[in-house]
Amino acid sequence: MNDKKLTNEAMNIKPHRLSKQEIEDNFTDLHPPLSAIEALIEADRCYFCYDAPCTKACPSDIDVPGFIQSIQSDNLTGAADKILSENIFGGMCARDCPTEELCQQACVRNDHEKKPVEIGLLQRYATDSVLNNGVQLFSREEDTGKSIAVVGAGPAGISCAHRLAVLGHKITVYESKDKLGGLNEYGIAAYKTINDFAQQELAYILDIGGITIKTGMQLGKQINLEDLQQQYDAVFLGCGLATVNQLNLDNENISGVIDAVEYIANLRQTSNKDELMVGKNIVVIGGGMTAIDIAVQSKLLGAEQVTIAYRRSKNIMAASEYEQALAKKHDVQIQYNVSPKRLLSADSNVTAMEFDIMQSQNDGSLMASGENITLKADVVFKAIGQKLVTEGLIENNSLQLKKGRIVVDEHRKTSLAKVWAGGDCVLDGDNLTVSAVQDGKLAAISINETLTQGA
Amino acid sequence: MADLSSNFLGIKSPNPFWLASGPPADKAYNVNRAFEAGWGGVSWKTLGEDPHIVNVNGPRYASIMSNDRRVIGFNNIELITDRPFQVNLEEMRQVKRDWPDRALIASVMFPMNEASWAKLVPIIEDAGVDGFELNFGCPHGMSERGMGAAVGQVPEYIKQATEWCKKYATTPVIVKLTPNITDVLYPAEACLEGGADAVSLINTINSIMRVDYDNLTMFPTTGDMGSHGGYCGEAVKPIALHMVAEIARNDKTKNLPISGIGGVTTWKDAVDFIALGASNVQVCTAAMVYGFKIVEDMKTGLNNFLDEKGMNSVQELVGKAVPSVTDWKYLNLNHVDKAVIDQDKCIKCGRCHIVCEDTAHQAIEYSNNGGDRVFTVNDDECVGCNLCVSVCPVVDCISMVAMTTGTDPRTGKAISPKASDWTTHPNNPLKVS
Repeated sequence: MNDKKLTNEAMNIKPHRLSKQEIEDNFTDLHPPLSAIEALIEADRCYFCYDAPCTKACPSDIDVPGFIQSIQSDNLTGAADKILSENIFGGMCARDCPTEELCQQACVRNDHEKKPVEIGLLQRYATDSVLNNGVQLFSREEDTGKSIAVVGAGPAGISCAHRLAVLGHKITVYESKDKLGGLNEYGIAAYKTINDFAQQELAYILDIGGITIKTGMQLGKQINLEDLQQQYDAVFLGCGLATVNQLNLDNENISGVIDAVEYIANLRQTSNKDELMVGKNIVVIGGGMTAIDIAVQSKLLGAEQVTIAYRRSKNIMAASEYEQALAKKHDVQIQYNVSPKRLLSADSNVTAMEFDIMQSQNDGSLMASGENITLKADVVFKAIGQKLVTEGLIENNSLQLKKGRIVVDEHRKTSLAKVWAGGDCVLDGDNLTVSAVQDGKLAAISINETLTQGA
Repeated sequence: MADLSSNFLGIKSPNPFWLASGPPADKAYNVNRAFEAGWGGVSWKTLGEDPHIVNVNGPRYASIMSNDRRVIGFNNIELITDRPFQVNLEEMRQVKRDWPDRALIASVMFPMNEASWAKLVPIIEDAGVDGFELNFGCPHGMSERGMGAAVGQVPEYIKQATEWCKKYATTPVIVKLTPNITDVLYPAEACLEGGADAVSLINTINSIMRVDYDNLTMFPTTGDMGSHGGYCGEAVKPIALHMVAEIARNDKTKNLPISGIGGVTTWKDAVDFIALGASNVQVCTAAMVYGFKIVEDMKTGLNNFLDEKGMNSVQELVGKAVPSVTDWKYLNLNHVDKAVIDQDKCIKCGRCHIVCEDTAHQAIEYSNNGGDRVFTVNDDECVGCNLCVSVCPVVDCISMVAMTTGTDPRTGKAISPKASDWTTHPNNPLKVS
């Protein structure tokens, strides 16, 4: 973290706002796992729908009724196999998928009794059984002699690498950070993935072999796409969005104005959460999952007043209703229809932020109403989206980008021969772990077909 | 409030719910608790000749459970009473003194020789019991020794033993039947011929519950080995109901009073048995699963049901459904039902579609327009089989509706107001002309 932006001078930013024990309690599992009997009873609630809406709603095509039927019959290995063969990150997705908008939203039990089957918790129950017991469900096919480069060790890249390794290819994964996992490791809210789960899951996934990991490898620095295309039979780009959007305000560099993703990464990596510097009055700019995550976690770290300031109205907010409710449950205020106007400061420390109150026009555009609101802040978190870093990516080639993202077809193939892409770096993604995993899987299938058919 | 009191063969009890002969009616301690809880009567755990039998000191029971641990089926390998004859007798005498308004039946199982019956029946009657129940049904252990189901499977033995009991008893004699036979009418008619005052049924069904998945032995075992037991509980009720109805609608046996046994767990089960011909019911497994308190709901439930039906007594319900039971050959083959799905109630699970598609008549069509799932019945294919209704998770969502006019689109035949059955059907080689 950029320490000079988060100083202690104002005494409103400090560690130990809560005791170590309080913080430990606050960061326990958001949804504790089901016990065996809970899982059996919950599995019994599944109607095994035909052409199941839950499966249709799953971005990674998991056969939900299929795996629940296996839980019901005590065939946990079979259940986990059904999940992981479609989604190798089934364990993480069970923890961080917005199930209330995906599978569980589609559950017919919503119509029957307004209470869907707890698909996420059942998926966790099944996948935990193989992950915790080290039951390896995958093995590699005969070596194909093909080698593929994967850029980025997040869900998209590792999903792609795993599928290709299973199919007998040799994979080299290039990762810029020290640890693998991407947002699974550095981004997802801490209370959704406790006990170093991201690394446990990765260990299980990489256990099949055939995947070489190279960390400290950043596009545009140690590696570039052109070289990878020459060295490998195919390249998969799962490089994510490595830099964050800025507010573009004059004094954005003053102390106390921080990128949320940076703070969250630090929160995920620290072994002593009570040592983290925490503001007293916090304003979060943004309306997505990152905004909710930083807001809730700030509260859990002991911040007194946390307000999410979102430019548009409630029903357009990217964060799901469930996530918004979660924020409110943690006493986070959400201020809709406010657009950042300027940062107020004293001695180069932020003290407040002024917003224009916006009004939606008939055409959907926003217009300042002329009224303002000022929110007191010793910390302002920027959670207004991330950007693709193009260094090392678009030199000497015609990689097609649109809206700052990589354009891919339905097989996740880019405009370049031998290059596929997936996850947050591609256009029209929904920034979900599960979608990144699906991208990696589909790309792997397409790469395999291309390489083995000699196309 | 309807009158729940029961008069079965002149044996009076405040309600028609008796505890069946079995572990819950093993001794005075249990029976006193049952009467305190409100049970109308008991059939005391089966008495035998001394020296008393012994039981295994290991698993005597096992169950089939749903995933939420509800007991669906149950079995046991317990034998008849394992206490001395005289001890039982003295307890029975005292219980009857303490509870004169409750029915007390002596369940008995003696060898096939008259001397045993001649000696023991009068002694038991002297203890003050209201009647006898002859246990010709126990399918495990005792049957290996020529008693229980071994008698109940041979109509001649049933008749003989019934005659012996009747000869020495002055109180009513009920014969308890085993379901481990091919046709229950043979033993039922034998009872009648032997002079039985009533039959009770069913006793338990030969069964092995499952295997032990770790050891690959049968389950449960006494040490290393196991033996088959008697199956009972909710799962056996349909088998019992069929046998009760067969006796109730058979010309020879239709006037033979019946005490219904087999899976009675709630008042609805009692309604089933009584409407199909039983005059009262006996309960064992449900008490063993939930304790004696369950009788409270059985009583209020039955009472409320009778009130809703405008019936003043249990007696008015007895046999009400029997006339609706017939042989398949008399079913009206001109009757045409079609499934009708209430689209407002439908939750779009599609279970009706997939079972019809895979295993029945491809009569439920599925369309999915952008996530708008619709399931509709195709009358051209629907045979009215009720499979969809049988799997639908929503109450009253799918119903079978009879066609009364027009043409059945499946067969192209006009709906006939006249009934016609197999006995006159042209495809029947044995049709009556």
